[in-house]
Amino acid sequence: MSLNTEKTIKFSPMHRLQWEEAQQKDVILYPEGMVELNQSSAEILKLCDGTRNLDQLVADLEEKFATTGLKNDISGFLEVALGNGWIQQN
Amino acid sequence: MAGSNKTNITPPRWLLAELTYKCPLQCPYCSNPLDYAQHSDEISTDDWKRVLSEARKMGAVQLGFSGGEPLTRQDLPELVQHARELGYYSNLITSGYGLTEEKIIQLKEAGLDHIQISIQASTQDLNDHIAGTESFHSKQEVARLVKKHGYPMVLCVVIHRENIHQMADILAMAEELGADYVELANTQYYGWAHANRDLLMPTQEQYQEAEEIAQAFKEKVAGKMKIYYVIPDFHEDRPKACMNGWGTTFLTIAPDGVALPCHSARELPGLDCPNVNDASISEIWHESKAFNFFRGTEWMQEPCKSCDEKDKDFGGCRCQAYLLTGDMYKTDPVCSKSPDKHIITEAIESARLSALASNEKPLIFRNSKNSKAY
Repeated sequence: MSLNTEKTIKFSPMHRLQWEEAQQKDVILYPEGMVELNQSSAEILKLCDGTRNLDQLVADLEEKFATTGLKNDISGFLEVALGNGWIQQN
Repeated sequence: MAGSNKTNITPPRWLLAELTYKCPLQCPYCSNPLDYAQHSDEISTDDWKRVLSEARKMGAVQLGFSGGEPLTRQDLPELVQHARELGYYSNLITSGYGLTEEKIIQLKEAGLDHIQISIQASTQDLNDHIAGTESFHSKQEVARLVKKHGYPMVLCVVIHRENIHQMADILAMAEELGADYVELANTQYYGWAHANRDLLMPTQEQYQEAEEIAQAFKEKVAGKMKIYYVIPDFHEDRPKACMNGWGTTFLTIAPDGVALPCHSARELPGLDCPNVNDASISEIWHESKAFNFFRGTEWMQEPCKSCDEKDKDFGGCRCQAYLLTGDMYKTDPVCSKSPDKHIITEAIESARLSALASNEKPLIFRNSKNSKAY
């Protein structure tokens, strides 16, 4: 399974992404488990709402953080996220 | 107190809420205490809400509603809703017995995140025999309904000598039912399973064969279904890192409000496990004798004390050390460095001989009548 760059990306309805006050971190929750996210991973996942494909996601994040050259890092992380079932593509 | 280092107390992350010891099933490997019938008090809805609130404030986020059968508590939807409002990720750990579609919808609306259903075997005869209750078809129906209503579905199968030969069929059944996760829980020998160990423990060969089947299946369904494999620790060289370390991560509250560092800890002598009616969760977690008893490594004896793996497995399981050696401070006898390793070897051999005997004694089923004998 690998990322389709044309299709939109959405966070899996079988997982939950939430901010944990006690840990001061965003986490992914799923049956019997929890993954702690660093800030950049969390920012990527928060934009996975089914309206953006890879390029649109990269453009929005680069604009938000006023930077360029994020595409490789973002697509690398999304491949991991897809492999773990955190995101889906229709 | 055995010793603690209070400067390094991490907050609880997992809360196991054992709402009740009542259960329509009679599984002979149940991890509830043998004398559960003596602990029939149940704390109130308001007590549970307070427990959930206090633990959440400290940082607990994974929540299991367990038992017994948690569905027997009429206030379950109210507790689920409270948990959702607090931001827990909540799991109903159920036999599925008596779970109607109406209830599944009601719990979904209340905010339940996922449901874990136990199935005892891949065939009706064996399932109903082990469960002590006719339940095979209703469990399958419940599994389908859980999927239908959009929950992640976890199928939990406790593995032992009576069903280990069904491994391939159990996995095929899980796939057919559309499970998102399958927990293959090799029996851990506490509570009722300890009492029935000679009848439940598979041989090394049976474990190996079953594990190979599970491993091949895991690769086949990668990306579709996740397999959690609870290892049969009697057949390992090193003990499990029980509870991720005492008082570091897990908090169990028993039906009567007793707070436990692990669900089996009330079997240990002299811990004076506190009750949520007498102290806040924060006081219990930080200050109580029970939660500090085996924190850190200062309590350890040799060979753990000077072992370079002590921070990895924490000396194994305290309850297992106590059940098998009578001394809860000892190295978990599972460890090959333990001077008590022969107890494990003998237990495995005893179970093997029991399986060969023509007059094998019957299983002791978990029910109130049998519990009152303890």
